[in-house]
Amino acid sequence: MSEMFSMTDVTVCYDNVEAVRNVSLSVEEGQIVTVIGPNGAGKTTLLMAAIGLLASRGRLAFQGNDIGRMSVEDRVERRLCLVPEKRELFSDMSVADNLLLGSYSLRDRSGVQKTLDEVYDRFPRLKERQRQAAGTLSGGERQMLALGRALMAKPKLLMLDEPSLGLAPLIVREIFRTIASLRDLGVSILLVEQNARAALETADYGYVLETGEIVQSGPAKDLIHDPRLITAYLGGH
Amino acid sequence: MTSDIAAILAIDGIATGAVYALVAIGTVLIFTVTRVIFIPFGDIAAFTALTLAALDAKRFPGTGALVVILACLATLIEIVSLLRNGERRQLPRALFFYLALPLAVVGLASLTMRADPPLAIRLVLALMLITPISPLLDRIVFRPIADGTVLLLLTVSVALHFALVGLGLLFFGPEGVRTEPLTSLSTELAGVLISGQTMLIVIAALVFSGLLYLFFDFTLVGKSLRATAVNRTGSRLMGIRPARAGTIAYLLGSLMAGVSGILIAPVNTIFYDSGFLLGLKAFVGAIVGGMTSYPGAAIGAVGVGILESFASFESSALKDVIVFSLLIPILIWRSLASLHSEEEIEE
Repeated sequence: MSEMFSMTDVTVCYDNVEAVRNVSLSVEEGQIVTVIGPNGAGKTTLLMAAIGLLASRGRLAFQGNDIGRMSVEDRVERRLCLVPEKRELFSDMSVADNLLLGSYSLRDRSGVQKTLDEVYDRFPRLKERQRQAAGTLSGGERQMLALGRALMAKPKLLMLDEPSLGLAPLIVREIFRTIASLRDLGVSILLVEQNARAALETADYGYVLETGEIVQSGPAKDLIHDPRLITAYLGGH
Repeated sequence: MTSDIAAILAIDGIATGAVYALVAIGTVLIFTVTRVIFIPFGDIAAFTALTLAALDAKRFPGTGALVVILACLATLIEIVSLLRNGERRQLPRALFFYLALPLAVVGLASLTMRADPPLAIRLVLALMLITPISPLLDRIVFRPIADGTVLLLLTVSVALHFALVGLGLLFFGPEGVRTEPLTSLSTELAGVLISGQTMLIVIAALVFSGLLYLFFDFTLVGKSLRATAVNRTGSRLMGIRPARAGTIAYLLGSLMAGVSGILIAPVNTIFYDSGFLLGLKAFVGAIVGGMTSYPGAAIGAVGVGILESFASFESSALKDVIVFSLLIPILIWRSLASLHSEEEIEE
């Protein structure tokens, strides 16, 4: 397996406060990697720096190239995609238009219709509601649309920020099933989650982020049985 | 007032309103995509009329020199910013779009001028010369402060308007112009004579609004502009560059302003500083649409035109007072309405 994405000694500052300190992590090709940790640990900040919405120090590499100084749009054109925590949908545009705009960064437009059909196959609900405005969808449908829109860009690395946030348990399960199935498409995934159990059950490898620093890492199947993590995040005894 | 006079005033008002509508739609387009309330829009319309008048008189218009100066400035700024960000690869592209393209337009115009072109070609030339101005101004003035507050952008926009009026005096001189009507046809509708120019204005406004609608609803670029307007962060995450979306918005907007300048030039005498009132009245129309709705802006602008027409019949001296007094109740109504919608969002 070759390395898809890596962060080396990445530090992100808000004004003069270091929200993320010397974080190093990597995602191999076809791997699902999760970053878990409590609220305010800097998980979202980490992803914002990875996509370029926040400036950072340290090295960011995507498929062997340094992307640290690239604009957000250049990173997206290299097929590094982020589904942000707030989804950032185009609320008064239709579901179909939202999906179409997901493919905006693709130069080769020939496969767009096929990808759209695949997204509709994956999320039949979106097909039913394709003419509806995105702002009128339910929370679960919005998350599906955000995921579908990101898939339209044919991402090589998909970064997901709290995809289960605010969703009903049944829909959370559906979303995680979808995430797991993306592995078969060859998409590498960097998943940031508060729902640590679901994230570790889906992921291959995990990092634990606390107050801006990585405090622990390992294969997900080991972390899920780690006594300290069980008490702190997995709600076990 | 007899019904005949009312009908004439209404038709006159609709024609003027249609011109305002084009500028108002352009204003909304630029505001939603870039958050800039582009006050100099009226100036662009007036400059188009002055450009066309110069072309009609077989003089090369001052617009050419203005475009060349702006292109050089914009190129310089772009090169410095690219070098500072270490993006040397983008240099050829920048030279092409900011220098070669505008200079080619001016060159083409000056070559075509010698051949004494017919009216249709002169119209195209006037539009071609005017459209680069706003995108270049955007690069020079607004791009460096793109993340500023709406208030900062507005203040700079007002300053830019005054700078442009000065440049207008420099390049076009103090004389007013009135171009020849584009058509001498006229028709009678229900006993009221309607001039061809009036019909042309209304048809052109409808056609250009229609084209814009098709562009927004059926093209990927049009949709990307709407996306930028709806959600800037979301659109960046799709790879849509706000700066490029802004340039397209300025290009389209100035085309609309240019068309309105061409349409109004045979009806009103246009001076280098006539743009301000035109832009301001279109702005009142745009505010009726809450600065975000194209149909709202168009309806508002036509309303302003009709009101102005009747007001000028009742009291010519007070017509602008009446039109701008309209702004106060509209702003109160809009602020109450938007207060309401913010509450809904919070829920």
